[in-house]
Amino acid sequence: MQLISKNCFSGNKSLSLKSKLAIAATSLLGSTATQTIANETSDDDWNFSASVLAYSETDRVSAVEVIANAEITIDDTGKLNIKFVLDSLTGASANGAIAQESVQTFSRPSGNGQYDIAVGNTPLDDTFKDTRAQLNISWSDLINPESDYTYTLGTNLSREFDFRSIGLSAELARDFNQKNTTISGGFSVAAEEYNPKGAIPISLTSMAIRGNFATEDEFNTAFEATRSSSSKTISSGEFLLGWTQIVNRTTLMQFNYGYADKSGYLTDPFKIVSIINSQGIAQDYIYESRPETRAQHSVFGLVKKHLDESVIDFSYRYTTDDWEIDSHTFDLHWHIFADGGSFWEPHIRLYQQSAADFYSTYLVQGEALPQFISADYRIGEMTSITLGLKYGFELNEDQRAEVRLEYYRQTPKSIGNERVAGLENLDLYPELDAIYLQVNYYF
Amino acid sequence: MVTKQTGIRESAMKHYIKKSRLIILLTVILTVSGCASMGVDPWDRDLLAKSSMAINSSPLDQSIDDHIYFSKEAASGGRSFAGGGCGCN
Repeated sequence: MQLISKNCFSGNKSLSLKSKLAIAATSLLGSTATQTIANETSDDDWNFSASVLAYSETDRVSAVEVIANAEITIDDTGKLNIKFVLDSLTGASANGAIAQESVQTFSRPSGNGQYDIAVGNTPLDDTFKDTRAQLNISWSDLINPESDYTYTLGTNLSREFDFRSIGLSAELARDFNQKNTTISGGFSVAAEEYNPKGAIPISLTSMAIRGNFATEDEFNTAFEATRSSSSKTISSGEFLLGWTQIVNRTTLMQFNYGYADKSGYLTDPFKIVSIINSQGIAQDYIYESRPETRAQHSVFGLVKKHLDESVIDFSYRYTTDDWEIDSHTFDLHWHIFADGGSFWEPHIRLYQQSAADFYSTYLVQGEALPQFISADYRIGEMTSITLGLKYGFELNEDQRAEVRLEYYRQTPKSIGNERVAGLENLDLYPELDAIYLQVNYYF
Repeated sequence: MVTKQTGIRESAMKHYIKKSRLIILLTVILTVSGCASMGVDPWDRDLLAKSSMAINSSPLDQSIDDHIYFSKEAASGGRSFAGGGCGCN
């Protein structure tokens, strides 16, 4: 392995923090690229940023995420961006079954052990635990020094305990009208693989529960009978067309159209559906089943307006897909300039989605088993609201920091197909509250 | 065999496609000609050059928000690629 001279980046015997990070970032690219960058750039060409996030849902998931980002400008126009993300999740996640007037028992997804859910509580699988590492690298530059065309190439790799993915993207943008108008087009492809502990459940089979079997061996045999392969894959392709327009000295806008196509195992291996009798009492739980393809269209519009002492950033997104999920998202940031280079930024986001056509809160005993069914509230009808506030300030000439606090509330809704009495006293659509605190540091 | 009704339907469809193309063409022409009259001279970009006026002025926040909303809601993408890279539950 070729070692890099300490002086390549700093020109001094003692390495600055920037130099150390520059070496660390470029070491991901291989020694030849590292040497080239080291020879042609200095510390000042690098910009680093880092972020730490603490995320917590009431009674459910907690997460900590760290992002490290390095960007270098080479020969004035080339930009290399390297981003590393590490996050750790733990806690409980809704398994899809509905609350009941009696205690419910479920097998863990791995088949090792079970968990009980108290009367009236939404069933949450409390074994949710994962760590994810992700690396994104992108490179953009003009096609030639005099060109109006900019290309961007990117790759991302992601790895979790039971999931991994690899993606590639390419984009070409052209400036017109003295760089007041930019038209862009890009595509991305990705391949993902699920490899959960306990293997992939066979859709629509009944969850085997230890209490229903006389011996451990009988239970293990029944559990194994609900499992298919140990892993499943997803492939996806997307394209995105964009138009960015400077309107006048204080206003710019952007419009995007995107199309995303996914195929493969789009079912969630950890989600189940309650089968209830005519009194609303759970008789069985089956593993959910989703179609193996999904195509989504999206339209996105953004307006940014510089006022006297602030900047308004407003965007709207509409998506529709062949699962019949339509969504509307309104997002507003108000960036208010304060003294000494600091700022305050209140934020509000409103989101609404319709349910997938195969979404159902439960299935009633005796009803025909559909080909596709999911009780995952995340593809059901829902609204959500986010309220946030960010404060940014300068530490010195080269360093600044931001602190952001966001509150997120999801309100799942009934799709109006309740057909069984006896569930009136149960909360089938519990709200979810989350709060997250994030600190960004730029240097 | 082409029936009279099928013929009428095909003719109506062709008319609809022609009309749609015309509308798209007019929209593009109006948009492009509209764009040409919008914009500023290079020396008037003082406000637009501020980092707070960048199209994506906070990529770190965007990255975290995308991850959270991707794992909690059914829709993704729009601003950029819808992506994935997360077996979020």
